Amino acid sequence: MIKDRYDVVVIGAGPAGSVSARFAAENGASVLLMERDREPGIPVRCAEGVSHKGIAPYIEIDRRWIASDIDVAKLQSPNGEFVKMYNNGKGYVLERRIFDTKLCELACEHGADLITKADALDLVKEDGKIIGVKYKHFGEIKIVKCDIVIGADGVESRVGRWAGIDTKVALNDMETSIQYTLADIELEEKTCEFYFGNDLCPGGYIWIFPKSNNTANVGIGISADRAKEHGPKYYLDKFVAEKYPRATITYTMFGGVPTAWGLDEIVRDNIMLVGDAARQVNPISGGGIVQGMIAGEYCGKTAAEAVKKQKFNAKTLKAYRKAWDKRLGKNQKVIHAMKQKFMKLTDADFNSLMKICNSLPPDKMTVPRLFREAIKDDPKLVLAVAKTFLTAKFK
Amino acid sequence: MKINRDLCDVCGTCVAVCPVDAIIVAEFAVTIDNEKCIKCGNCVIACPIKAISEE
Repeated sequence: MIKDRYDVVVIGAGPAGSVSARFAAENGASVLLMERDREPGIPVRCAEGVSHKGIAPYIEIDRRWIASDIDVAKLQSPNGEFVKMYNNGKGYVLERRIFDTKLCELACEHGADLITKADALDLVKEDGKIIGVKYKHFGEIKIVKCDIVIGADGVESRVGRWAGIDTKVALNDMETSIQYTLADIELEEKTCEFYFGNDLCPGGYIWIFPKSNNTANVGIGISADRAKEHGPKYYLDKFVAEKYPRATITYTMFGGVPTAWGLDEIVRDNIMLVGDAARQVNPISGGGIVQGMIAGEYCGKTAAEAVKKQKFNAKTLKAYRKAWDKRLGKNQKVIHAMKQKFMKLTDADFNSLMKICNSLPPDKMTVPRLFREAIKDDPKLVLAVAKTFLTAKFK
Repeated sequence: MKINRDLCDVCGTCVAVCPVDAIIVAEFAVTIDNEKCIKCGNCVIACPIKAISEE
């Protein structure tokens, strides 16, 4: 039964929202998790790749939501030269629909309530103070009161804007994306493939993430500021026509991946933002699942702490910001600076980078090493990255 | 600005790049408030399926 009042209402039951709800509930808060769709995890707008290390702290590994195992990352430059990396740790391609539902169930097992088909319409305010959420449920407008609203409502986040937080993303910090799930194609075993090149995918990359031995998520993200003439569909269609002329498209999805470093503000009085809504996405990889889950842990714990203290002002909620910055937020700025460097690489740069990678012994070849090679003519950036890598790893 | 609803997949990319908060996703549809819109064209460019055009 859904109550009229909770300590915390989380809007959006993706990984960031569900993990926030779980940690808030686990630490004593009463929590409502609100999802506008008929179930968590749909519609999938995701390439579905994660590292084992990234998700393992948050969920017990279950084959039900693993589509395939990944051991190898293959990167290809515009001239066709490629490097295979074997040292990035174990990875998975997920079934997001099942994965997201499981995370949601975990939140509920820890005491959160879930409401689906509930579309948040606005924040409810009293004398300027947020006191609840207005939502639509089976055609009926309802209000649920709360002390904290957590906005986990994705790239199109409205919660932040309702609270007056500036969440806009610049065109050069937005990857405009399309992905097909292709069937009946030939794939390399346990390998995720990445293709680079300015003619192929300007300011982004094309990915092939296998979902089985003959199906895969094949997608592209291009920098929105370079999408004026052609959108991502133009480039992906060209790539697919050449590589998989006979494939069947079983799923088509569109979306935007924010690749900013983050937001200046992710909390205000009675409000917190998390996940894509807070632009907590790795600016280079575009990966946001693990980032959102990590942020969700801090967000949920901070919310529960605020409930214990019965203090819901920005000052109290900033503990979340601090914890996030310490763990990943600060690195985001460095990775973002690297991204801007990557955006400027020419095809010749990509080619020579790949050559260098191939000259290294295979056991030395990792993603961070590749990045190091890519930026080594930029001493300031090298220094920043070196500092970062002393304390953190790529997620 | 005009949205071609036959193309729009309600992915929300346009919402994130709008500098004046003129676009919203509500009740499974994207709506542009043309009174607020400053015609910067960000949404037209960023839309993955080019579903938005200037009227």
